[in-house]
Parts: sequence; C-alpha cells; structure tokens
Amino acid sequence: MKSNINQSGSQNMATSGGSGQVAENEWLDNSVPVTAPTKHRRLPNPGGFLGFILVFFWLVMAVIGPMIAPHDVNGLVSDSFFGPISSQYPLGTDYLGRDILSRLLHGAPYTIGIALLATSLACMSGVVLGLVAAASGGWIDALISRVQDAMIAIPNKIFALIMVASFGSSVPLLIVMAAIAYMPGCYRIARALAVNVMTMDYVLAARTRGEGLAYIIFIEVLPNMLRPVLTDFGLRFVYVVLLLSAMSFLGLGVQPPDADWGSLVRENIQGLGIGAPAVLAPAVAIATLTMGVNLLIDSLGGRAKR
Amino acid sequence: MNEIVKVSGLRVAARTDEGVDLPIVHGVDFSLKQGEVLALIGESGSGKTTIALSLMGYARSGCRIVGGSVRIGDVDVLQLSDAELANLRGCRVAYIAQSAAAAFNPSKRIMDQVIESAMIHGTASRQQAQAKAVELFRALALPDPENIGARYPHQVSGGQLQRLMAAMALITDPALVILDEPTTALDVTTQIEVLRAFKQVVRERGTTAVYVSHDLAVVAQMADRIVVLRDGQIQENSPTEQLLAAPAHPYTRRLLAAMKPAAASRASARVEPVEQEKPLLEVRDLEVCYGKQVKVLHGIDLQVRRGTTVGVIGESGSGKTTLARAVAGMVAPSAGRILLDGQPLSGTLAGRTREQFRRVQYVFQNADTALNPKHSIEDILARPLRFYHGMKGKRQRERVAELLDLVQLPASIAQRRPGELSGGQKQRINLARALAAEPDLILCDEVTSALDTVVGAAILKLMADLRRELNVSYLFISHDINTVRAICDEVVVMYSGAKVEQGERSTFRAPPYHPYTNLLIDSVPEMHQGWLEETQAGRGVPPRIGVSANAEGICPFLARCPVRIDGKCNTTPPPRVRLDKGNEILCHHRDIELLQLEESVPVAAAG
Amino acid sequence: MNSTIARLVIGRLGIGVITLVIVSMVVFFLTSLLPGDAVQEQLGQAATPEAVAALRAHFGLDQPLWQRYLHWASGLITGNPGISMVNGLQVGDMISNRLPKSLSLAAVTSLVSVPVALTIGILSAMFRGSAFDRYTNMLTVFAVSVPEFLIATIAVLIFAVKLGWLSALSRTVDVHSFGEMLSVYAMPVMTLCCVLIAQMARMTRAAVIDQLSSPYVEMALLKGARPMRVVLRHALPNAVGPIVNAVALSLSYLLGGVVIVESIFNYPGVATLMVNGVVTRDMPLVQACVMLFCLGFLVLVLIADICAIVSNPRLRK
Ligand SMILES: Nc1ncnc2c1ncn2[C@@H]1O[C@H](COP(=O)(O)OP(=O)(O)OP(=O)(O)O)[C@@H](O)[C@H]1O
Ligand code: SF4
Ligand SMILES: [Mg+2]
Repeated sequence: MKSNINQSGSQNMATSGGSGQVAENEWLDNSVPVTAPTKHRRLPNPGGFLGFILVFFWLVMAVIGPMIAPHDVNGLVSDSFFGPISSQYPLGTDYLGRDILSRLLHGAPYTIGIALLATSLACMSGVVLGLVAAASGGWIDALISRVQDAMIAIPNKIFALIMVASFGSSVPLLIVMAAIAYMPGCYRIARALAVNVMTMDYVLAARTRGEGLAYIIFIEVLPNMLRPVLTDFGLRFVYVVLLLSAMSFLGLGVQPPDADWGSLVRENIQGLGIGAPAVLAPAVAIATLTMGVNLLIDSLGGRAKR
Repeated sequence: MNEIVKVSGLRVAARTDEGVDLPIVHGVDFSLKQGEVLALIGESGSGKTTIALSLMGYARSGCRIVGGSVRIGDVDVLQLSDAELANLRGCRVAYIAQSAAAAFNPSKRIMDQVIESAMIHGTASRQQAQAKAVELFRALALPDPENIGARYPHQVSGGQLQRLMAAMALITDPALVILDEPTTALDVTTQIEVLRAFKQVVRERGTTAVYVSHDLAVVAQMADRIVVLRDGQIQENSPTEQLLAAPAHPYTRRLLAAMKPAAASRASARVEPVEQEKPLLEVRDLEVCYGKQVKVLHGIDLQVRRGTTVGVIGESGSGKTTLARAVAGMVAPSAGRILLDGQPLSGTLAGRTREQFRRVQYVFQNADTALNPKHSIEDILARPLRFYHGMKGKRQRERVAELLDLVQLPASIAQRRPGELSGGQKQRINLARALAAEPDLILCDEVTSALDTVVGAAILKLMADLRRELNVSYLFISHDINTVRAICDEVVVMYSGAKVEQGERSTFRAPPYHPYTNLLIDSVPEMHQGWLEETQAGRGVPPRIGVSANAEGICPFLARCPVRIDGKCNTTPPPRVRLDKGNEILCHHRDIELLQLEESVPVAAAG
Repeated sequence: MNSTIARLVIGRLGIGVITLVIVSMVVFFLTSLLPGDAVQEQLGQAATPEAVAALRAHFGLDQPLWQRYLHWASGLITGNPGISMVNGLQVGDMISNRLPKSLSLAAVTSLVSVPVALTIGILSAMFRGSAFDRYTNMLTVFAVSVPEFLIATIAVLIFAVKLGWLSALSRTVDVHSFGEMLSVYAMPVMTLCCVLIAQMARMTRAAVIDQLSSPYVEMALLKGARPMRVVLRHALPNAVGPIVNAVALSLSYLLGGVVIVESIFNYPGVATLMVNGVVTRDMPLVQACVMLFCLGFLVLVLIADICAIVSNPRLRK
C-alpha cells in the first residue's frame, strides 16, 4: 500500500472550518443557464434600486419638468451673474442671471427626449435589419453586414461632426444623426442574437411546419431576444446622451435659444473658476441620468458584452 | 480494514434563486477499500457528480457542502483550508471529467496539461513527469505516445482526449481517482477502447477509484461494488455480482429492467404490411453536400412503409441527422429524390405545400431547445392545430387536452412553460406537437438519448402504443442498437454517410453482418461482468494493405476494417450485395467469410 | 506562421480595404448632399452668379458627383486631399502640422491607460466579488457614465484654478523639460484616461470572467491549481482575443474622445482642426480629417483581429 495517505494526516492542522469550497465558488461563478425560468427574481441590489429611482425621477422630469419650473426659462430674473444657491434660486443663476433650476427643467425634455427618440430609432431599425439579415442569410446578410461594418468604422463623434458640418444642427438632425450613429451597434447585437436563436430547434420546428418568415421572426425569435435587446437599449441610451451633450458642449448640438444640459454647461463654463452651481448642476444632472441607467442595467445582470 | 475513503452523513445543498437552501444530497455514507473500484450510478439529477466532487472538497457554484465528513486516509477533507484542499486535489485525489473536450484548455499543449498537477505539487521533475506521461500514454494504448503530448487538444479525437485525461489524473499516483461519466460522450465503438484502456491501468496499478455513470452495463465491467443513487439518497449498495444477479431494492430492479428495452417492448406486434403497397416514403440515391465539396451522404436508398418503423443507426457524424433533415426539407439534397406516397417532395422548404409539411413531422433530439421557452405548452400544441386544421376556441382547447392525454400528461400542464417541465415531460410535449398535425410519418432524431433510461423506456413504449393506435410510421434515428432493435421493423446502418447494411429487425440478432455492423453490435456493453474481457470488438488490428487508390466510392470503413482485403477493398468500390438472410450490405465479402468473422479476427496484443 | 493564418490575415486586410472604400463613399456623398455649399456661404447672398460659378469651377464643384468622388479619392491616396475652402491652404499641410501633436497625445494616453486598465480588469476578475472588485466597479461605472467634458472641467477646476499647478490651456509650442511636458499633457491625458481605463477594465474583466466559468478552469482547480495560477496560466491565454478586441474598441473610442478633449484644452491637434472645419463648413478639411480618423479606427480593429487570429490555438500547427 502506498503511504501518501498517512503523510496527509500529519499535514492536517485543522485550521479553517471547512468553508474552502464556498470562497472558491464565489469567484468561479458558473452562471445560470440562459433558458432557466426567471420567475422569481432576486431583490435588486442597492445600486440597482438607486439606479431605478434616478431613471424614474428623470423620466418624470422630462415630462413635467417644464411645467413645474419656478421661473421663466429665458427671463433675466436676477441681477447677479453666477449667483449662488439660494432659496429663491435653488440652483443659482447663470451668466445672464437666469434661474438655473428652470433652465435645467426645461432642458430635460431636450436631453432625455432627443436621446430616447434617437435610441428607439436606432434600436428598432437595428433590430429589424438584424432580424432580416439573420433570417435571410446569404448575400442579403452579407450586404447589410458589410455596410453596417463600414458605418461602425466611423467613430460616432466624428460621424456627428460630419452630419452637422453638412446639414447644420437642428433637433431633427440630431435625432437622425444619433440614430444612424448607434444603429450599427444595435444591428450587430440583434443579428448575433437572432442568428443564435435561429439555430434553436424550435425555430427549425416552425420551419418544418411550413411557417412563414413573419411568424418565425415575430412569434418564435423576437420574444427570445427581448431581454438582451432592452439591456442594449439602456446602454445605448447612455451613449447617446453623452454624445449629444458633447455636441452641445462644443456648440454644435441644440441651438439657442433652446438649451439642453450640454448647452447649459457650455454657456456657463466661465463660471467654473468661481465654482458656480450654474455649470456644475447641469453636468451633475447628466451624470446622474447616465449613471442611473448604468446601475439599473448592471443590477439586471444582462449587460451585453460590447 | 484498509478503508481508504470513508464518507459519512454527507449533505450538500443548492441555493435557489430565492436564497433558500435546497438539499440535493441527503446524508450519504459509503466507503472504499484500497484498490477497490466503486461505482455511483443513478439518473441525471440523482447527485452522482455532486457526491464525486465532494470527495475533493469541491462544490459547484451555487452548491454548498453542509454536513458530514469525507475521510481520505486519516484526513477529513471537509475540514481542510483552501490551501490544504489545493494540496490534496490533483495530488492525492484526481478527477477525470465527463467531457474531456471541454475540460482541456484549448490553448495549451497536451503534455503541459497532463503533467501540470505533478508540477504544481512538486511530485516529480519536469523530465521525470514527462517520461511518466509517455509511459502512461503507452499503457493507455494511445497512438504515437512519444509525440502526442506536443499536440493541442483540438488535434486529437474525443476518445483519445478521454484517455489523455486519465493520464493526467494518474500522473501523481493519486490514492483515489474519480471518473465522472468518462465514456458517456463517446460512440460505443470508441467507448470500448477507452474502457479497456482504463481497466488495464486500473488493474495494473491497483488504483482505488470512484466511477460515476448512468450506464449499468458499463459499470458492470469496471466496478467491484455499486452504489445506486436516487434523489441524493443511496438506494442500494452491493457488490457488483450480487447487484446484477439479485437486485435488492425495487428501484434497482426497475433500472435493470429499463436497461433491457428489447425485453420491455418486444410486445409491440409488428404490423404486417400489405404486399405490393406503395411505400409511404421513398428515398432514392440521396446525396447531400454541406458547402461545396463536403459530401456527407452518398447514394442513400430507403423505404418506409405505412405503419412501420425504420431505424437508422450509426456513430456520431455518420449523417443520420442529415438524412432526417433532408427528408424534412431542412437541407437541400444535391442529388436524388424523395417521394412521399409516390409524389416527389421538393428538396427545399419553400417548394413544399402545407399538406406535405403536415404529413411529415420532425421530433428533435433535444427537447430543451425544441420547445420555445417563451411559449406556454398550450400555445405550442395549439399552433399546429390552427395552422394545419384551422381549429379555434373551444375545439382547440379540447384537442390540446386530448393530445396531452395521448402522451399521458395531465391537462393542468397546459398553462406551464417548457422551463417548468422535466426532460421526459418535455419530450412528450415534443411528440404531442408532432401528433397534433396528424402526420403520416414522424422523423424521430435521437428522441431518447438525452433522457434517463427509465424515462426513455417509457417514451419508447408510448411511441410504440401510438403507432398502433394511430397507424403512423416512424423514421427512428438512434446511436443505440438495442433501442433500434427493440422498436424498429427494419434497420439501416450508416457509416460515414453511406448505407452499409439494411435488413429486417430479426436479422440483427445473429451474424453474418457487415464488418462495421459487427463492430457496432459487439461494442455494446452487456450487463454481465467479464463482458469486456470476452468481447472481440475493437481488438483486431486491420491487416496490412497497400496505399488506397484515391477513387471515389471506395469503402468508407476501410481504415478501421479488420477484414479488409488488400488489392480489392483499397482499389475498387464495394458492391451492394444481398446476404442469404435478406440483408443488403456494402462490402466485398460474402456470407461465409462474414460468418467466420467472429472467430477469424486476428487478435492483436492487448488493445 | 502557417497558411491558414496567413489566409485569414489576408482576408481581414481585404475586408479592411473594402470597408475603407465604403466609408470614403459614405463620407463623400454625405458631405456633398446639401446644395448650399461653402462657396455660396463664402461669397454671401449678394454674389453674382458668375462669381459663384467661377469659384465653383475653381474647386471643381461643377463636375458630376462621381467624378468629384474619384478625383477626391485618388487625391487622398496620393496624399493630396485638396484645398481648404476657407483659407486656400493645402489641407494636407494643415493636417500634417497638427498630426504629430494628436498622435503624441494618443500615444501617451494609450501608454498610460492600457497597462493600468489591464491590471485593474484582471485583478478585479481574479478577486471577483471582493471589496476591491466592488469599489473598482463603482468607480468604473462612474467614469463611463460621466461626460468627458465634465471630467475635463473638474480637472481644470482643481489643478489649474484651485491648485494652480497646471495651466488650463495647452501650449505645445516647444517642450523642453519633463515638467513642461507634464504641464502640457497632464490634463488632456488624465481626462482621456479616466474614461478609457474604465471602459477597458470593464471589458477585460468580463472577458476573463467569461473564461473562468469554463470547464477547463474547474479542471485546473481540481488539479490543485491556486486561483492565481488558474487566472494567469489558464484563463488569460484564452482571453487574449477578447481582451485585444476590448483594447482596440476602447482605443478607437479615444479617437472620438480627443475631439472633446482637444477642444476643451485648446490643444492644437487634428481634432481641433476638424471642429473648426465643421464650424466654418470647410468640407475638404472635414472630409480629410474624417478619413484620417476612420483609417485610425480600421487599423486598430485590424490589429485586434490579427491578434485574435494569431492567438487562436485552433489555428496553430
Ligand atoms: N451545417 C453543417 N455544415 C457543415 N457540415 C455539417 C453540418 N451539419 C453536419 N455536418 C457534418 O455532416 C456530417 C454528418 O452530420 P450529422 O449531424 O448528420 O451526423 P449524425 O449521424 O446525426 O451524428 P450525431 O450522432 O452526432 O447526431 C458530420 O461530419 C458533420 O460534421
Ligand atoms: S469492403 Fe472491404 S474494407 Fe469495406 S467493410 Fe468490406 S471488407 Fe471491410
Ligand atoms: Mg444527430
């Protein structure tokens, strides 16, 4: 008999309480199978909860913000420029003495609304194209994919600059521009998902039943892509918000007298030196919105890999 | 005396999504003596792998060992710290995983992975370890033992990987080896080689081992003692002989019964075909290519008569699924014809009528992916009813209930989703969906191979009953000759895309067979000890032949054939000949030579 | 290198070239769609039609679109992307003056961010769920959610305004000492790195964790390998492809990021030039800059693809 068993005895100093396997499991997470029923969800973590609150708050503000604004949005209500936080002007005043809170609330529909519209457009067209490409395959797929790849090769901010350079800046243009800029990403993800789902036996079953393309796409495939596509929607929304704010910050986004949050930062950048709330408040508004969406997506756990 | 492993009161729990601990192993006790091989056997979900992993103090993510003790030598594994566990694993206790293909790191050379545990635990120098590995490769009958270690995992076959993994486990001379379903993913003809190699090294080295499997016949060859598990509890723990001869527990008896499907459903009486009747399905000279050059089916001829079952058998990759898919219209044939009731069927889905779709239904191998997880059972069954028969409302609901009844499921299941059903239930729904179309022909692709033996046997019985009641025909695809022999009227054997033999069910009980059929039948483990030593399958070394002509149509089995003829098999395509018993084979041999096959195989030095 | 790899690499190169051609068409036709062009704008509404026509002819705008495209594309290939409509200078000269500055900004940023991001990503994958992982996760979510102009403005606020260490505007006229270099590059690089590191670290972490859930990692653990060895020797080699991809994607993000950062710090690089071109609608300049950025992107992606191909063990002999 070999003796290595006995050696092991002397080594056993009985230190920990046999919990070795637990620690190891935590970092070696064999994630749940994709098809697992997700009926009972764990409670969202604190981050997710915060994210939900933030997103919900800003969505509500995008609708009712302009109505509850305390002051006239373009009114020169105060004679102090870059005024501090006060009870009358909760977020101070801007470089012309306008109320920042009111301007922020009026900017919400621009920032959020434009981004929502653009993202919806991008996602819908991306998903439709992705489904068409995945379902038809062959040269249609190759053609769509090649063009989308070329679109991806133009960095988004650069694409935004060409669009503005050629067509000038306006709200409809910004929407279309952001939608086109982010559509290839949606397309890629949707196509990859659809190709995956298309190879599932239940889709083959529908095909051998003689079902038409529409039934297969909308009844069999689409429901199984919804969750990841929604996650992707959230992510892309964040990118669109950041892109549009950046454009406004460069003065190439929403044009005066309208102002989204990016424009507010630009207008008041001079106040930075004195730490005016006028420049910080809109920046913080953008950050809380995008962070809220990110936290929410993270807590849902379905972050698609880019 | 000499108890090397002692497990007592082992309990493992899994944490559900709601954070509740659900026990999956309830207080299991067993022990192993030095040099003993103990088998853990049970259905999927019975806790075999969980218990085996606990022997190394390891629990998969989401699981936790909550109580009991596992003593190896005089160490309680469950009391060790992380570092001590790491010292134990791979050194004193080694593991051989179910799927070697996944368990090998794709980006590292085989040799580095085989000797890794020796390097980690410092049991040998690199040279020593490599020398030992080569020795083990040789003992495990691996080809080119000197150099196989320099390859990457994707460059060797599945059966070879499984043996390489055994070498990986044995490199440190562990006190205990755990083999987790090491041959389940392999074809029978490969399995037998691997089993032989395992048995040889286990015997030579006096290894103590735990062998996890769901297959009693395999376990009968390997184990001294068998532990039967069910739902995380031990049902029976007896020496192999005793368990096979006189199973004590009723569950063991059921398991044994289910493993003999031949006996179970012999009752299904053969429907005598009316003479001269036009066949329901006729496949003529079918040829399928994937891509431009890869021909996966060559000249397949096949007939299915009304109310009969034709079995198609062959190893993985032989083109069984492709055949069924071509019949269903999913892959377009590059040549040949498919006739349904004498009417040609279009090769593509687009060219078929709804009525043709209705008459040919497909039942998929994997019920998990064959049912849309987002649809309820009712939706799934109602769709073909509406699609083919225009049924709506109350009538449709009634019919769904009838269908559920037909496949022996409660009507209450209709509102559930596939994720909430067991594997067997899902396969029944799968079948019910095909039946909803009221088809003439059902293509069944490995319908039972993802299921446990007992559940699978029940499905087979159901299918046989339904055939009698509804007078449907089946094209039944399987890799398991026992299943095919049990329920089919006619059997087609495929090898590498060609039909090598075809005949009535009864002719598959005794030779002569085509050399490949012979190998296939001899490789199926039988439920008695010592079979592995007795069987001739896979022992013969093919006789030497000259270079083979590059001619199209040369026998595909040439490379492995133990009775190949130099100057004939390697130069001329084999003819299709009819044996005396009526079978058609694709071979240069005739009856007499093939009858002698059993005895005449030149026996090579072990393995 | 074996023939399969060579074939794949050549295939990628071909696809890259085709993509570049499609991009050039998209860019050219987008920028030529609108009737009102810079000529009209430059001369004002009062200009006589003759003057407009003459200037148009001067810029070749009277030719059909596809001819202009061919002319332009061949100019690009020969390094002659045209003449600025605004100041009549050679676009090529304008860009080549600025290019080294942008490139050095990008290079410094990459040199700083890639190692840091990979370290963070791999460490947080190794210690998944630990306090370190959770904090870096929080930080990286924050960094990817915040617009870079906010980071830039905060950096200016702290380092230039409050502390007075660095000047808010970059002057790269001449850099003589390390201190000067620091003061020129510190803030733009810092701003770019924030977002870049966060993105890359997140993707690296995901790629490594993806590998950690595979059966061969379980097998390595069962061989007695310690977590460190499992990650470094087993998971990492298989994650090379995805990680390189993540790096390439993030660096291509850098291409967009410089637009903002250069503008904020008034850094005299290509991006500032391009933004000015957009404002003055100087199309030849914008087109050339865009093509430059796209080329940069494609080269990055190409490198990542080739790395993924070469690191794929299945293609090894
Ligand atoms: N879509 C495809 N493209 C290319 N080759 C394929 C494709 N599908 C199958 N093949 C190849 O065709 C051959 C036959 O495959 P098929 O799936 O019909 O075998 P099978 O007998 O059903 O095997 P199994 O028992 O593993 O299910 C195999 O070599 C396989 O690799
Ligand atoms: S034809 Fe020759 S090689 Fe093929 S099975 Fe027959 S004897 Fe063997
Ligand atoms: Mg198959």
